[in-house]
Amino acid sequence: MSKLLSFRLGIALSALALLAACAQPVKHTDYTAFRNSRPRSILLLPPTNATTDVNATNSMLSQMTMPVAEAGYYVVPVAVMDETFRQNGLTMAADIQATSPAKLREIFGADAALYSDITQYGTVYRVLDSATVVAASAKLVDLRTGDVLWRGHASASSNEGNNSSGGGLIGMLVAAAIKQVVNSLTDRSHDIAGVTSYRLLHGGPPDGLLYGPRSPRYETD
Amino acid sequence: MNKYSRKPGLCVPVAAAVILLTGCATQSPPLYQWTGYQPAVYDYLNRGKAPQEQIDALENALEEIQSKGHTPPPGFHAQLGMLYASTGNAERAMREFGAEKELFPESAPYMDFLTKKSQ
Repeated sequence: MSKLLSFRLGIALSALALLAACAQPVKHTDYTAFRNSRPRSILLLPPTNATTDVNATNSMLSQMTMPVAEAGYYVVPVAVMDETFRQNGLTMAADIQATSPAKLREIFGADAALYSDITQYGTVYRVLDSATVVAASAKLVDLRTGDVLWRGHASASSNEGNNSSGGGLIGMLVAAAIKQVVNSLTDRSHDIAGVTSYRLLHGGPPDGLLYGPRSPRYETD
Repeated sequence: MNKYSRKPGLCVPVAAAVILLTGCATQSPPLYQWTGYQPAVYDYLNRGKAPQEQIDALENALEEIQSKGHTPPPGFHAQLGMLYASTGNAERAMREFGAEKELFPESAPYMDFLTKKSQ
């Protein structure tokens, strides 16, 4: 009898633990190091690409400036940076990301660098539908100290707008893009990458970059 | 037609929608006018267009941005300068690097590095 009771109790407790684990609030980003560092300028290094689509790196890299600049940071000119690396024999994102922080700071004069990785890029075909998905993760590193200031990850899918919410962010963006340029359909991954990039690198809580010195919201977050 | 040779205005609707949505969330206007910049970066990275064609696209975008009294985003003038340098127009290149530096003093170390290289 007592054995059965303890067994039941055990099950109840583990179920509770399981639920509690699910219900735990989303872990808030620790901004302590970021606040102490207060970078003014950010170097967006080419993202490494874990997918089979060779276009992923250029697609993401070309759309990462807007969220970071609008968050209030000076963003080192992306195409010019790419050319500088190329002239020094570096064309692969992994090799570029392996450059020492001291060297990056010496050439580009940036306070921090963003290291990112694309984990998904392109269209997934399923039995009943297909979805174009782009996912990426990133970390911001202080080039003066080597400290990690922030980490984030984000994804976006062309299917988000098909939910009961009736439209949604992706639906609006894709509809807007298609209305203007029909050709957009042929490069949907690129448009989705723009949304992923924005979600990953926008300024503001609870998980975005802290606002930078050029934002009117600087030091309010 | 080359898969990558997108029209300059292609990303503008997406960019505009993102800015619009950001605007809703933060109640503040965008810091920069993004006309043409990120598509120009994409074009450069994909190496599908001649430098002069890229210069023309950026110059047209700049005219539109300045006619509205807005500011181009960080990197805009520097990329234009690099393109001028690649066509052998060192004087225009220097002017654009200078414009980037004036708008964004944070760019000074890198612009000085580029200026030294292009001279």
